Amino acid sequence: MTSADTLRAFKRDGRIVVVGASLAGLRAAEALRDEGFTGSLTMIGDESGEPYDRPPLSKQVLTGWVPADGTTLPRRRDVNAEWLLGVPASGLDLATNQVRLADGREVPFDRVLISTGVRARPWFVESEAALDGVFVVRTREHAEGLQRALAAGPSRVLVIGAGFTGSEIASICRERDIPVTVAELAPAPLVGALGAMIGEIAADMQRAHGVDLRCGVKVTRLEGDAQGHFRRAHFDDGSTVDADVAVVALGGIRNTEWLRGSGLAAGVWGIACDTGCRALDLNGLITDDVFVAGDVARCPNPVYEYRLISLEHWANAVEQAEVAAHNMVSGQADRWPHLSIPLFWSIQFGVNIKSVGVPTFADEVVVTQGSVSDHRFVAAYGYRGRVTAAVSFNNAKWLDHYRQLIETAAPFPPPCPTPDQPVDMKPVPVDFPGPVLLAQGATVVVTGHDPGERRVTAVQQHR
Amino acid sequence: MRIVVDLSRCEGYAQCAFLAPDAFRMHGEEALMYDPNPDDSRREQVLRAAAACPVQAILVDQLEGRDVPVEASTS
Repeated sequence: MTSADTLRAFKRDGRIVVVGASLAGLRAAEALRDEGFTGSLTMIGDESGEPYDRPPLSKQVLTGWVPADGTTLPRRRDVNAEWLLGVPASGLDLATNQVRLADGREVPFDRVLISTGVRARPWFVESEAALDGVFVVRTREHAEGLQRALAAGPSRVLVIGAGFTGSEIASICRERDIPVTVAELAPAPLVGALGAMIGEIAADMQRAHGVDLRCGVKVTRLEGDAQGHFRRAHFDDGSTVDADVAVVALGGIRNTEWLRGSGLAAGVWGIACDTGCRALDLNGLITDDVFVAGDVARCPNPVYEYRLISLEHWANAVEQAEVAAHNMVSGQADRWPHLSIPLFWSIQFGVNIKSVGVPTFADEVVVTQGSVSDHRFVAAYGYRGRVTAAVSFNNAKWLDHYRQLIETAAPFPPPCPTPDQPVDMKPVPVDFPGPVLLAQGATVVVTGHDPGERRVTAVQQHR
Repeated sequence: MRIVVDLSRCEGYAQCAFLAPDAFRMHGEEALMYDPNPDDSRREQVLRAAAACPVQAILVDQLEGRDVPVEASTS
C-alpha cells in the first residue's frame, strides 16, 4: 500500500481519540468531520456534560445575568462521536496506542489529540482552601458557587491575585456594589502580562472604581470562624482584611500529570509540539500520531524567535484545534503550520482590553494613539527595534493594523496611524518583573490569510 | 438557543446590541456582553444580529437551527 492508500484507509476507518472535551477538543472534532474523517471518534472529558464556554463564567455568570449552566457551546456540525465524560484520563501508552481512564478502562486509538487544558491553581494550604467562602473560578460549578455567594451580599470580597481573572472578578464586585479588596504580589494589576506602564493604568482604574487595591503584598493565611467559614485574611506586612468571600485567582496548572511516563515532552510548562501541533517526545523528536491543542500546548512561534510559547487564549485554542485536526488526517506534504499572532481580550471596569502579539516579548513600550487618561488608547510593544505586540483600551478596531506590523516585523516605535497622536510618544522600558530570558534569533515575516496559506520567510533584524 | 461570540474578532460595532438587545449588550464604550443561551423566542432577532455582524464573530448552533430556515440572510 502507498502512503496515500494508508491515509485514505485511516480517514475512512481509523480511530481518533480526543482527550479533553472542552473548546479545543470540540472544535477539533468538528474540523475532523469537516475534513472528511469518517472513522470512529471518541471524546474523553473529566467534566460531565457537554463542552461549555469558560470566558462568560468570570463575566456574565458572576453578574447574575446568565446561569452557570447556560454557556454550553454551540455546535458547528454533528461530530458523531462516542462521549466518555465524567472520567479523567490517567495514562497514555504509546507502545500499544491506548488511553487509560481513571476507572481502569482502556481506549485504543490510531491517532490521539491531547487538549486537556488547565485547571485553577488552588490556595496553597489545603485546610484553608476548604473553608466555606473560599473559591477558585475555572469550571461552571465554581462560577455557580461564587455567584451564589455574591448574591448573598457579602460584607466584603477578597480577591487574591490581580491578573485578568482576578481583575474581572473585582470589576463585577464593584458592579454589584460589593466592597472588594484586591491583593497582588506585583507592584500593580496585570503587570505580569502587560508590564509596568499598563499596570499603573489598571491600578488607577481599579481605585477609581472603589477597589481597595493592595499591591506588593502577600496573603499568608486565610482564617475561618468556628463554623468553618472564611472570615479574615492575614498579609505578610502584618495587616488583615475581614471578608466573607475569598477568590483565589492565582492562574492555572496545566493538566499534564496524567502523561507522566508516557514518553512525551510534557511537564508543568505544557506539552511541547511543533507548529503542526504534533507532540514532541522527551528526546525532542516529533511523534506521528500524537497531537496537542489549546491551553496545554507549548508551540514554537517563528515570529518570536521560534520560542516555545503556551497561551491560555480562546482564539488560540480554536485555531490550534483546526490546524491539529487538519494535520491529523493529512499527509506530510499537505500539513499546515499554526502561525497565528496571539489575540486576547478582557472586559473589566467598563473597558475592553485587548492585546495582539506577545507583550512579554518586549523591551520597550510606547503609547502610539489615543489618550491614557480617557482609557482609550493603543500601546505598542517592541523588542530590539521591531513591533512585537500591542494592547488596546477601548480601541479594538486598530488591533488588526498592529497585527500587520507584527507580521511584517515593522520597526519600533511605529508612527501614530491616526490624527489622535498622544502628547508623549517616547518609548519607555517595558519593565517586566523578574528576569526575562530573551534569546537572540531570527526575525521572520508571516504571509497568507487562511490557515492553509500561512507561511514564514526570514528577514534581517532591524538592529 | 446556543450561541458564542468570538470576542477576539469583535470590534464593538454594536450592530447585535441594536438588533437583539435581549441577547447582546454593550458594556462601556465597546465591550460586548452577551447571553450564550438566549430564549428561543428571540431566535429570529439573534439570527439577524449574527448576519449583521461586520466581522462575523457570532456563531449560532447549526444543529438546533437545522429545521429552521435562516431568515437572517434574506432580511
